[in-house]
Amino acid sequence: MLKKQHYITLVLVVLLVVALISLPSRTADGLKLAISGLFLPLSGLAASTREVTAKAGVALTSREELLRENAQLRTNNQVLTFQLQAAANALHEYDLFRQMFKISRPKHGTLQLARVIERDPETWWRSVWIDLGSDTPGMRTNLPVLTAEGLVGKVVSVGKTRSRVVLLGDPGLRVAVLAGPNRLNGTLTAGSAGARENNMLDIENLFGESADRTVHPGDAVETWGVGGVFPAGIPVGKVVDVPQKEYGATTEARVRLSANLDALENVWVMILP
Amino acid sequence: MSWLNTILILALAYLAAFLEGPLALLRNLLGAQITLLPALMVYASLTSGIGTVALLAVWGGLLRDSVSENPLGVSILPLFLIGFIILRKRDLLLREHQFAQMALGLAAGAVFPLGTLFLLYNVGHGPLLGWMSLWQWVVGTLTGGVLTPLLFKLFGRMRQALEYPAMKQSSFREDREIKRGRQ
Repeated sequence: MLKKQHYITLVLVVLLVVALISLPSRTADGLKLAISGLFLPLSGLAASTREVTAKAGVALTSREELLRENAQLRTNNQVLTFQLQAAANALHEYDLFRQMFKISRPKHGTLQLARVIERDPETWWRSVWIDLGSDTPGMRTNLPVLTAEGLVGKVVSVGKTRSRVVLLGDPGLRVAVLAGPNRLNGTLTAGSAGARENNMLDIENLFGESADRTVHPGDAVETWGVGGVFPAGIPVGKVVDVPQKEYGATTEARVRLSANLDALENVWVMILP
Repeated sequence: MSWLNTILILALAYLAAFLEGPLALLRNLLGAQITLLPALMVYASLTSGIGTVALLAVWGGLLRDSVSENPLGVSILPLFLIGFIILRKRDLLLREHQFAQMALGLAAGAVFPLGTLFLLYNVGHGPLLGWMSLWQWVVGTLTGGVLTPLLFKLFGRMRQALEYPAMKQSSFREDREIKRGRQ
């Protein structure tokens, strides 16, 4: 009797697993978001604890230190204001040239700050959860996510108050990039470099129209802008080395990412129109 | 007793699944993720019935997959099979011994990721594997071995605190009392 009960349970569990795995990806994503919603009370508790700790930290900071930080921030603010003015002038000139040659301006979105609240428990995937959800206007899937240093990944599923971001180096994320002064284009993938270290990736099939199809260590890598997810010109990283190939029309390179994916705390989601 | 044990196991699975995500400090320090589910499954299969084992596998697996990029349900089967096998053979195991608990924890910690990977490849997902995955596997295995005896201690304490202590039978029997002196 007991043995029979065990085997019936085994069959039921197997059937449940088969049913769950065969769910359409959209339904499975919805179900995942609903189940992960069960963590909301604990997430809220963790956020409140963090807030209280931060407030306690502020209360413990001396007035002298606060004044010194304030002075430093004022100086930084002035420098940044000058830089912003210079950038605004350059943008204005850029717009004038575009109007002269009748080229439409590329669409760039607004940036929305988000906090990383959780990482993927499996080390064979690279994804994080952020605290922005569908209650943030414009939030949807396939939006680029970046830090001040460079590209981080893209939004893949959006819940009410949180969303999942797939990071660069995940097997499911390939990004079209341009590398070096010759603007060679290629695909950024986890490759063999990603499996060794989080912040190193491979560029496959580097190819360009220029006669010189080489990239060198130190060359900058940025998004190409094809594919409709990542706008052109977002910094990605720098070439570290270029493995020698004896034959073939394309080159490969290893890239160190500008953003440190191991220490993500706050990220920016580019809300595109 | 049984339902309290089940509730405690499921509550700890919930807490463990939540804490795996935000505990970046430990993950960055070790370079690997620590998971409590295999050790918890060893405890559940040695102390509870098939119902608790199935509930833990479904509940823990779903919670884990919901915050991961794993296809939903992929962690359930490896967890359940660990529990199922231990449950079927538990009469032959010296489950009160710490060494046996540790050995089972080591085995569960080693088998769980391998089983999940096997299923992932069979459902057409190619996860990112490299030398770091081997390190992750070693840390996961050792963690299973270390955490299982600790879980037995923790649950022992919790049950001691939450349950009425079992009434001890006195060896004194009135009908066997030797009465001295004259009656």
